[in-house]
Amino acid sequence: MSGAWDVVVVGAGSAGLPSALSLAERGLKVLVLDELAAAGQGQHKAAIGGVRATFSDPAKILLCKESLRVFSSWSEVYGDDVGWKRGGYCFPVFGEATEKSLREILPLQKGAGLDIDWVGPDDICRLVPGIVTEGLRGGTFSPGDGQASPLQFAVACERAARSKGVEFRYREPVTAFERSGDRVTAVVTPKGRYPTEKVVLAAGAHARQVGTLLGLELPVTPDAHEAGITGPVAPFLDPLVVDLRPGPEGRTANFYFGQNREGQILFCYTPKELFVGEDREATSEFLPIVARRLVSLIPRLRHLLVRRTWRGLYPMTPDGMIIVDAVCEAPGVYLAVGLCGHGFMLGPGLGRCIASLVVDGRPTIPPEAFATVSFYRDFRQGQQETLT
Amino acid sequence: MSGRRGAKRGARTGGRIERHPILPVGGGATVEFRFAGRPLPAREGEVISSALYAAGIRIFGRHHRDGKPLGIYCVNGQCSQCTVLADGRPVKACMTVVRPGMRVEPVAGRPELGADDRVPPSGPGVGEVSVPALVVGGGPAGISAAIELGRAGVRTLLIDDKQALGGKLTLQTHAFFGSVADCYAGTRGIDIATILERDLAALPNVEVWVDSSAVGIFRDRAVGVVRGGRYVVVRPEALLVAAGAREKALVFPGADLPGVYGAGAFQTLVNRDLVRPTRRLFVLGGGNVGLIGAYHALQAGIEVVGLVEALPRCGGYKVHEDKLRRLGVPVWTSHTVLRAEGREELERVVTARVDPEFRPLPGTERVYEVDTLLVAVGLSPVDEILQKAREYGMKAWAAGDSEEIAEASAAIFSGRIAGRRIAESLGVPVRAPDRWAQTAAVLRSKPGADVPFAPPAAEGRAVYPVIRCVQEIPCDPCTQVCPVASIAIPDGTITSQPVFGGDCLGCGRCVGICPGLAIVLVEEDHDPRHRTAVVTVPFEFGDDRLPKSGRVTTTGFEGEPLGTGRIVGVRERADQDRRRLVRLEVPWDDRLLVAGFRIQEPPRDSAEAFDPTAQADPVICLCERTKQSEVVAAIRAGVRDLNQLKAAVRLGMGGCGGKRCMELVQRVFREEGVEPHELTPGTWRPLDREVPLGVFADVAEPDGGSEDGK
Repeated sequence: MSGAWDVVVVGAGSAGLPSALSLAERGLKVLVLDELAAAGQGQHKAAIGGVRATFSDPAKILLCKESLRVFSSWSEVYGDDVGWKRGGYCFPVFGEATEKSLREILPLQKGAGLDIDWVGPDDICRLVPGIVTEGLRGGTFSPGDGQASPLQFAVACERAARSKGVEFRYREPVTAFERSGDRVTAVVTPKGRYPTEKVVLAAGAHARQVGTLLGLELPVTPDAHEAGITGPVAPFLDPLVVDLRPGPEGRTANFYFGQNREGQILFCYTPKELFVGEDREATSEFLPIVARRLVSLIPRLRHLLVRRTWRGLYPMTPDGMIIVDAVCEAPGVYLAVGLCGHGFMLGPGLGRCIASLVVDGRPTIPPEAFATVSFYRDFRQGQQETLT
Repeated sequence: MSGRRGAKRGARTGGRIERHPILPVGGGATVEFRFAGRPLPAREGEVISSALYAAGIRIFGRHHRDGKPLGIYCVNGQCSQCTVLADGRPVKACMTVVRPGMRVEPVAGRPELGADDRVPPSGPGVGEVSVPALVVGGGPAGISAAIELGRAGVRTLLIDDKQALGGKLTLQTHAFFGSVADCYAGTRGIDIATILERDLAALPNVEVWVDSSAVGIFRDRAVGVVRGGRYVVVRPEALLVAAGAREKALVFPGADLPGVYGAGAFQTLVNRDLVRPTRRLFVLGGGNVGLIGAYHALQAGIEVVGLVEALPRCGGYKVHEDKLRRLGVPVWTSHTVLRAEGREELERVVTARVDPEFRPLPGTERVYEVDTLLVAVGLSPVDEILQKAREYGMKAWAAGDSEEIAEASAAIFSGRIAGRRIAESLGVPVRAPDRWAQTAAVLRSKPGADVPFAPPAAEGRAVYPVIRCVQEIPCDPCTQVCPVASIAIPDGTITSQPVFGGDCLGCGRCVGICPGLAIVLVEEDHDPRHRTAVVTVPFEFGDDRLPKSGRVTTTGFEGEPLGTGRIVGVRERADQDRRRLVRLEVPWDDRLLVAGFRIQEPPRDSAEAFDPTAQADPVICLCERTKQSEVVAAIRAGVRDLNQLKAAVRLGMGGCGGKRCMELVQRVFREEGVEPHELTPGTWRPLDREVPLGVFADVAEPDGGSEDGK
């Protein structure tokens, strides 16, 4: 092990990869450690790739706006294809209450600079070909949102980071942090000891365990979400579609799907009762439920061929908001954890924010927005994100 | 079709097998469908791919990535190379039965989803079935297990993804080796399937679902089954995976051309659907699968231009190899296929000799004009469901090829054993006798050492058999048929050699039964002046393969040409089971040498046609068209995780789920100097094959297509 690192990033996933890249772009010497064999092999690759700034929380809006800028310009800036597709996000609405709540947050979203508006049923039918029209009231559409490939992004982001001098070490779970007083002095794995004074924790579903090594209690508990993908068909669906209605089967809170640039449809639902834990094996109930929801919304989807299903973990916090902060109890330690299933879309914006915290000592977003993602907020009464 | 006489060089492929020495042909109603607007006939109940092949159509579509032609590959529902649009829906041509009036379109690029927005009526919802024992796979192992379970009184569900039970037995037209007492040795595979099915049908507590695929296994210990287009969740107490094997592949340029496919695909076309997919066939691989495939081709009237095996000798039974050689098929050991060539479809293969490290030797290239290359380079167990079932804490077993690759006779035994063990695990007081395990081990044994041929101590007798059983393989039918019990295995071990001693009636039953076609009968009393003798050889072809002149090129046991013989008679008896005994008059001095005669002459090759400058980058992942160079670049960039390789080059991300390329790519790693222990294996996830979303939503149109089909 030669020399000391300016910063060690724990985790080569949605948060760690872009953080490492941003830190290196700010001139730091960066090492990334991951317990798995390659970049993005934890929960990152389980994401379906939606990237939106369409939230109700200003911090997430601002971070994801930055992410959108990074994803959409990636191939020009870094040269690799990350599967970016600017197709927007569409929330079709069938109920009066949903219409009311979505309309209510529009001013806030527009105020944060989002290109989003309410559109009528005809526009929804144009955006989502084949959608059932009965009870369709219209919905929101945000054309600047899009999708990217988590798989391609992991490969591309690692490559970009390496080109800026970042080193990656895999199959190295962090087993200890050496400290002098409060300050970290080195990160230890079974294979080595890496001297550094700064650490970014980006350990995803394992954030709580890694935090324990620093005496931190990180309120991050994973639960499992299931997803699936079909074989490719010719492009027909531009936006990623979110149906906020709970399902008639009583098991789904909402569901969403989109067509990636390969032409494949990715789909997922939010279970009404969460599957808490780290089990990532597929269950038999997912496909019948999600298929019925998809086909009920767009009958022609029944002809798609389902190719694969999988489960990924949402590292959840008690209030459903992410944790981005510098740790007071352990100066030099930074948190990019508890991303609540939005790690992929937050990643690039988050990476820049982390780099700013480390280098400049302040976040990229205004203090009032930053307060909602602070480690030191009151997790018991944090406001819930409307568009989870 | 009449063999070489009908096989003009350069003639188009296609057509049906009009006569076959073993299988019944003809009959069956014809239905009409359309492909790309063109009306075509299909046999009733036939799958789309076979109907297209019968019409000489081998290109079903074009890949959306590179526009390369696509056709059949596995003919087993496992890959998605043969995808077509049937009445507007993407389907696998090899698994979809032609419906009268069906409109089939080639898929050029990504298929259009279509704007079919009728809201179909919902079914009653996805069914759930709980069952004590679930057997996945209705081949020899699965049926045998289900029979044992049924006899033990265990309620059992047996599922198979084909339209009929029997698995690969239904494609095996040849007589099986093994022991007569234990596993129907001497009987043809197709007939063993019938026997097993009959035994199974007598057991009321075994329910059989055909056209039923296990598409996934899930954490909640459930197996997802698509049965006739409906999804059913099966919850078994005990699971037996008897799903057989899948064929391995090999990396070489042109391996993606239509016309290059596996032995299973070939046997399905030829022996199940009686389609003649080729006029001139080349075989890669000298294991039993390749050797038998070549033999089946000959029986279907197809010219077999040659067979190459990279090892210094064939891995299959020597008797299988030798019977090919005797018929005139060249078998080149220490040779491989360098590449397959053709503009749109396979037109020729280039072979070369290899050194002991399997590196091709420059200057030994030969070019053969063929339209089909059968790739038979080994089998891998289909056991993904088994691994997951065990991970989920289910009671799970494997049998047959899913447990260990071996002959069907061994599969029967391993199925029986598994059936008893499952019954025992469910509380039924039955045991698998210890003897069964021993028998299974013997039947599984690889061919043993060669045994020197000892001429019979019978010269001077009027008539006697010559037994050229020169390899240790488990087999004993010849010892069971001699009416005067003159053939026996002296040490009583089934893998040892049978010996003739005693009287010979000249009945020819031993010639008629030997699965290896390794016994002939010599009549020394044919010509009192001893200028000629008559040798009776087994022959599994029709009259069309016997020259009108009656004169044939005789061959020795290993196919060496000897001289000329004259056919003086053909014996056909019911107990010879579609095998004929051809009596050949041969020169006296040849009487102990002649073992057969040629039905085809050695092929022409051409070294001039070889272009050593042609470079090609083989496709490794057929689904995503990932090239070898891309994989090599990723490996050299440090990729050691197969999941990461997927992300980097999309290898294994396609419809087949990496069934073919995930094994191939390991060889590429080895060639790059990466040891297997350095690799992180890929993750297997359901589904095992692609399934329409509507099936899970329980709104799929039943098989037979959309109601508005015109």
